[in-house]
Amino acid sequence: MYKHRGFALPFIIMIIIGTLVPLCSIVFYGFTDDTGNFTIENFLAMFSEEHIKALIFSVLLALISTFICLILAYPLGLILRKSKLGKSGFVIFIFVLPMWMNFLLRTMAWQVILERNGLLDHFCQFLNIPFVEIINTPFAVVLGMVYDFLPFMILPIYNVLKSMDEGLIEASYDLGAGKFTTLRKVILPLSVPGIISGITMVFVPSLTTFVISNMLGGGKINLIGNIIEQEFTVSANWNLGSGLSFVMMILIVVSMVIFTKLDEDGEVNLL
Amino acid sequence: MAKELIRLDNLTKSFGDNTVLKGLSLSVHENEFITLLGPSGCGKTTTLRIIGGFEKPDEGRVFFEGKDITDLEPNHRHINTVFQKYALFPHMNVEQNIAFGLKVSKKSDEYIKEKINYALKLVNLEGYEKRNINSLSGGQQQRIAMARAIVNEPKVLLLDEPLGALDLKLRQEMEYELIRLKNELGITFIYVTHDQEEALTMSDKVVVMNEGVIQQMGTPEEIYNEPQNAFVADFIGDSNIIDGFMIHDKLVNICGVDFPCVDSGFGENKAVDVVIRPEDVELGKPGKGQLDGEVIHNVFIGVHYEMEVMAGDYEWLVQSTTSHPVGEKVSIKVKADNIQIMHKPQSKDEEALDLDV
Repeated sequence: MYKHRGFALPFIIMIIIGTLVPLCSIVFYGFTDDTGNFTIENFLAMFSEEHIKALIFSVLLALISTFICLILAYPLGLILRKSKLGKSGFVIFIFVLPMWMNFLLRTMAWQVILERNGLLDHFCQFLNIPFVEIINTPFAVVLGMVYDFLPFMILPIYNVLKSMDEGLIEASYDLGAGKFTTLRKVILPLSVPGIISGITMVFVPSLTTFVISNMLGGGKINLIGNIIEQEFTVSANWNLGSGLSFVMMILIVVSMVIFTKLDEDGEVNLL
Repeated sequence: MAKELIRLDNLTKSFGDNTVLKGLSLSVHENEFITLLGPSGCGKTTTLRIIGGFEKPDEGRVFFEGKDITDLEPNHRHINTVFQKYALFPHMNVEQNIAFGLKVSKKSDEYIKEKINYALKLVNLEGYEKRNINSLSGGQQQRIAMARAIVNEPKVLLLDEPLGALDLKLRQEMEYELIRLKNELGITFIYVTHDQEEALTMSDKVVVMNEGVIQQMGTPEEIYNEPQNAFVADFIGDSNIIDGFMIHDKLVNICGVDFPCVDSGFGENKAVDVVIRPEDVELGKPGKGQLDGEVIHNVFIGVHYEMEVMAGDYEWLVQSTTSHPVGEKVSIKVKADNIQIMHKPQSKDEEALDLDV
């Protein structure tokens, strides 16, 4: 085994350059002020009113997006599990197809659709109703998040449902359970791993995004991601940006650990 | 005769181009252990799934206690199944698995607890209530699957090759266990297997199937001793199936020699299939039997020696506790009542028609 250790070298170099070095510099910048002296001010800054507000708002939008993705993806997974189309994977292909397009481009497309004089505007004029102005509102940001991250919810849920043993579902019917009871007591609990990984894969990027809120929020929607980005780009305060990033990272890691722990203990009961 | 519980009336089922059942009719009576036996793809599992409600027949009806249940969903049938791979719920422990059906039908906690205790005692797994399903061995899982099905007090228990995944020793133990359970519970068992030994050991009635058609139905003794066609004879145990022709009633010519037999009604000078079980072939000194030959093969397989004897242009399969070395000249003798005469099938359809007895 040890003979082939050398093959891991490119990966190890990547990890060092791409992950370890940036992580160390974030920690370094986070613990220093602009003169290079040690400080923990940058971390405590997270608890300032402005930042806490942005954080709560970000969590809220991320939760809403995650929830919408879940209630869109799960029924779809249930339908596709049984259908021929689902088995051939064609429908899944259609849903995942947008993922192969550039993420910025997809978000920009929504901008073009939603903005004044955009597609939606023209459509409203055609129907002779007033322009439904959702661009630059939290609604547009949630829409963008759901659209961008939905495939990440669909794939794990579809996979877990597709590979579920049909015999277990038949056993449930056999023991007298109806469709709804079977869904609640057998299918849903057994698909928890897929749901968990779907939630993780949608919630984390939704929480930290700044591109979607920038493009569809018109600078009016300040999420924690936007604040961190501005510290780096506009204010050129790398120390504060690093400090905030680091706190976010810790928050995410801690919540993930708790979340997966709950799953292992089987205490996640979704209904 | 016991009351008729299930009647299958002329069932037909195809999956795509593949016709699995071709007009199958069958009656199952109360308190009967009936086994559907056949090679894979013969339609036995499909028949079971139609009774359980997991498949709908293309044509034909299913009756349960006289009522047509063909279109009834499985959860509304008074029938429970022990699945091939047990299908125990991996996210529940033993107790929760057994309680599943009782909880669904909203039984009281006390009743459920009592039933779980009773069922675990019945399958000899007392004290396993809180065990994780994945920590159980195959045989234990099999017992829990039984327990989960029988606590619902079904009138019929369907068993889909439940012993298939177990090793030989355990399988034999479970065979006796199943017979005991069936007698204690007094319910009807419909059992599906491709293993003829299981079928013969446990059943009151064996239904031999092939290519979606019932080949023969009867007690294990009838099936073994009087197979009605070459398929049944070949599938149930080893046998010599030899071309012969009836000289007249009670005399058949095989390999150019006349053998007295006990069958009649086949006509005169009519070509027939002759079945002789390998243990019924007696070997002796040359010239002392009905036909002379030479041993060409000899294998010791435990309970007896299995030999092949070339005699009259046919390789006779012979089982005997006395060994005859390869190359030895021997004679063959068969008692009249050990010779089973069968019609030669003209075609497969006719083979099937023969069986409507």
